[in-house]
Amino acid sequence: MIILQNIGAYFIMLSKVFIRFTRWSVMKELILREVDSLIIRSIGIVSFISFFVGGVVAIQTALNLNNPLLPKNLIGYATRQSVILEFAPTFISVIMAGKVGSYITSSIGTMRVTEQIDALKVMGINTYNYLIFPKIIALLFYPFVITISMFLGIFGGYAASLYGGFCSSGDFIEGIQLDFTPYHVRYAFIKTAFFAFILATVPSYHGYFLKGGALEVGKASTTSFVWTSVLIIVTNYIVTQLLLT
Amino acid sequence: MIVVDKLCKTFHGVTVLNDVSTQFEKGKTNLIIGQSGSGKTVLLKCILGLYSIDSGQIFFEDRSLQEMNNQERSVLRQEMGMVFQGSALFDSMTVEENIMFPMRMLTQKSPEEMRSRANEVIKRVNLINSNQKLPSEISGGMQKRVAIARAIVMNPKYLFCDEPNSGLDPKTSTLIDNLIQEITKEYEITTVINTHDMNSVMEIGEKVLFLENGHKGWEGSNLEVFKTENEAVGNFIYSSNLFQKVREVYQKEN
Repeated sequence: MIILQNIGAYFIMLSKVFIRFTRWSVMKELILREVDSLIIRSIGIVSFISFFVGGVVAIQTALNLNNPLLPKNLIGYATRQSVILEFAPTFISVIMAGKVGSYITSSIGTMRVTEQIDALKVMGINTYNYLIFPKIIALLFYPFVITISMFLGIFGGYAASLYGGFCSSGDFIEGIQLDFTPYHVRYAFIKTAFFAFILATVPSYHGYFLKGGALEVGKASTTSFVWTSVLIIVTNYIVTQLLLT
Repeated sequence: MIVVDKLCKTFHGVTVLNDVSTQFEKGKTNLIIGQSGSGKTVLLKCILGLYSIDSGQIFFEDRSLQEMNNQERSVLRQEMGMVFQGSALFDSMTVEENIMFPMRMLTQKSPEEMRSRANEVIKRVNLINSNQKLPSEISGGMQKRVAIARAIVMNPKYLFCDEPNSGLDPKTSTLIDNLIQEITKEYEITTVINTHDMNSVMEIGEKVLFLENGHKGWEGSNLEVFKTENEAVGNFIYSSNLFQKVREVYQKEN
């Protein structure tokens, strides 16, 4: 019952985000600030994780190719497929649920407990639009982060393969070109768009409707991470079922 | 003037305000007092429209809050200023940006006009050399001044203060009380203050409403509050050791 109430409140919140817009001169600044906080400041950690996980994928693939009949270019092929189809869009989104999601929940939640949201309401401002809309717009740039992740994940696999002596540069490059389906990239970006919306709105919901004090802000950040991750995983399954089968 | 008529409010079946009726007069500092949990903040938030009410009416002059559409409520909100208990300053903005914020959101003023008006109210609340500081870099008393400046920057008709001197030392509390009273007189505002500070009641309580478990327990002025025969008001006022001692000395002398 509580879950149904929360789902209802979430959709009512979404309906209020897109009405009574904040003045553009103010909104422009808010969007730029959110792009900096949510996108630009995430590139470092995403790049770091992508590079090394791409490397690990390549090493594990190489170590499992014991049969001499299997061509070495399969290392590049497996790395590309893993990174583009799952690792970059889904795994990075779950990491972002921790980084960006916690930030969104705690920043809005702190505004709630310190009555800053009430202060905005008293001024007659649509707090849903003022607080949540800039985050949704900022996360439209999220596919850009995923593109970097895809590139660095494959590059990490390439570096690990060469450094570990698992295959030659030519084999790896041949592998990443082998049987390439552009639709897979499109599929990855379609699900990234869904994840971006979840990343912007679910943590905002948990922060906005928070009740209590500082302790509850911490609890809400954790709950927000759990629900954002769950929704990303479920959405991933549904979108994959719809687009790839 | 604000008129509250037979206001009732419940939360999850628990009655927090029951049949509260009162008037808050223009150009006066109207105080709501009562113990923690007596419904002071809920009453204030109902008047502000932050909480919906179960029954009753709230009138701003002759305009009923309950009968207003969204447009009319937006207009009314621009006539309101609010000083929150914890100041509720936007912590990512400087003092000046905080004060300019309502003008940026709600008016068409140029940046120069906004800055000039902000400096006017900054001067009025005696904030010196703090324009570019963040709220975290100034003291609690100064934060309250910034909150008052932000609340009056739009020339409001109604000023609401939720425990404006909580967490402040007695001297700063008195300064803040006096500042609110001066502003009330100067701009002819209807000011409603939520407090349980008896010094505030003595200093600026031109009209005092005492809430007791969600009911109107008593109302009168600061001159009457210390003489009232009402037991609940007496218990509330003289629960402080200082006031008990003052009463004992006063009774001995008389």
